[in-house]
Amino acid sequence: MEVQIVRDEDIEGLLIDLHRAHGYDFSDYSRASMKRRLIRLITIDRFPSFAELHYRLINDSFYLRRFLEEITVNVTEMFRDPEFFKYLRQHIIPTLGTYPFIRIWVAGCASGEEAYSIAILLKEANLLHKSLIYATDLNPRVLEKAKSGIFSLRSIKQYSENYLSSGGYQDFSSYYSAKYDVVIFNETLRKKIVFSTHNLVSDSSFNSFQLVLCRNVLIYFNTHLQGRVFDLIDKSLDNLGYLAMGTKETLRFASISPKYKQVDPNEKIWRKHDS
Amino acid sequence: MKRYGGNMIADLITIGGSAGSLQVILEILPKLRSDLSVSIIVVFHRKSAPNSEMLINLLALKTTLTIKEAEDKEKIKPGVVYIAPADYHLFIEKDHSLSLDASEKVNFSRPSIDLTFITAADVYQNRMVGVLLSGANSDGIRGLEAIQSQGGYCIAQDPLSSQVPYMPAKAISKKVVDTIATPSEIALFINNCKTTFQ
Repeated sequence: MEVQIVRDEDIEGLLIDLHRAHGYDFSDYSRASMKRRLIRLITIDRFPSFAELHYRLINDSFYLRRFLEEITVNVTEMFRDPEFFKYLRQHIIPTLGTYPFIRIWVAGCASGEEAYSIAILLKEANLLHKSLIYATDLNPRVLEKAKSGIFSLRSIKQYSENYLSSGGYQDFSSYYSAKYDVVIFNETLRKKIVFSTHNLVSDSSFNSFQLVLCRNVLIYFNTHLQGRVFDLIDKSLDNLGYLAMGTKETLRFASISPKYKQVDPNEKIWRKHDS
Repeated sequence: MKRYGGNMIADLITIGGSAGSLQVILEILPKLRSDLSVSIIVVFHRKSAPNSEMLINLLALKTTLTIKEAEDKEKIKPGVVYIAPADYHLFIEKDHSLSLDASEKVNFSRPSIDLTFITAADVYQNRMVGVLLSGANSDGIRGLEAIQSQGGYCIAQDPLSSQVPYMPAKAISKKVVDTIATPSEIALFINNCKTTFQ
């Protein structure tokens, strides 16, 4: 199915009905990406028309879970952008170590790879025992996967390479046990991560943190929703806390930016300086 | 195949290339008029480099036009050349702004030429030109199809002038191309484009 077969007004209609029926508001998501996800879903689930997708989504709450999983982008890796994790390891984690208790929020965690990566960094800095990582996503199905700590063996090769380039010096395989074609990450890591649903569009701040990671999440939102999420993150961040974003994301144009300083011109990490 | 006759009306030119296309861009850029009013978006396949500034700086040496890496949610401006960042797809929004997307690779590529071309065609319709350069991939073919079906104009680099002719040759065989052009002819074509807001 090509782009022109899905009309923009059909998409608007679907988003309005979805919000009404199930409470999920995608109206401030970037449209081009949303349209592509919808066309992709129609193709892989073999809907004969857009109207059939619309009907199924509104009337079948089981299908809603699949829709949420497919409509949001859940592509992620452990230690994605190793240089970023190296910087965290060398500069940010040691500072967090000075706190009696460390709270970190991974906002939009998808299947949890980043949360596990952070847990490993904390473990290697001997800080995991006094840390808690909150990993949230709007999507219950990917959270179940994240909670299980089970990942495919196929992706582990890439993850180990990333781990090594991020300055990891342990045997990466000591963090998981492999069985058949999957691996499961250790209980010590898993018990320090709280996975929970949270929708950046509609939910409010639920705790305060010293580090918030929100990487490659805001690119799917329009500038209006980006502004809302920046405010939400700002409310959730302690003074002198850090916000980490994706390699092509920026805080520069956000209304909260005057309170924040980029910690390094090459890193997408900002520190809050509330006077 | 219809041949290009006079001046083309276009507000946006999208250029996609894979293996062997950087040299072509380096050849086209110095030939572009400095008062160009059409906007240009370039999608290269490249390895994710920690320092993308190097590529931008290299390209900037070749022209007086503004060359910049495309940023999320920025408005497309006239006479600016935008380069798609490595490891993100680049989409065009209805309000003529740019969006980044980190979803699955398409045609083993991120950025995917197809996705930029398809989203551009959706917005610019017959006010755009798609150009497919040298490459060994089939990324870009579906994109040209989308541009053509929206009334836009499609150019393939002359396979004889292409370091890796597979990609433009495939576009030509799929009949999604209006004109076959050498790098110099592509530059001339861009210089002759008239924008709707001029």
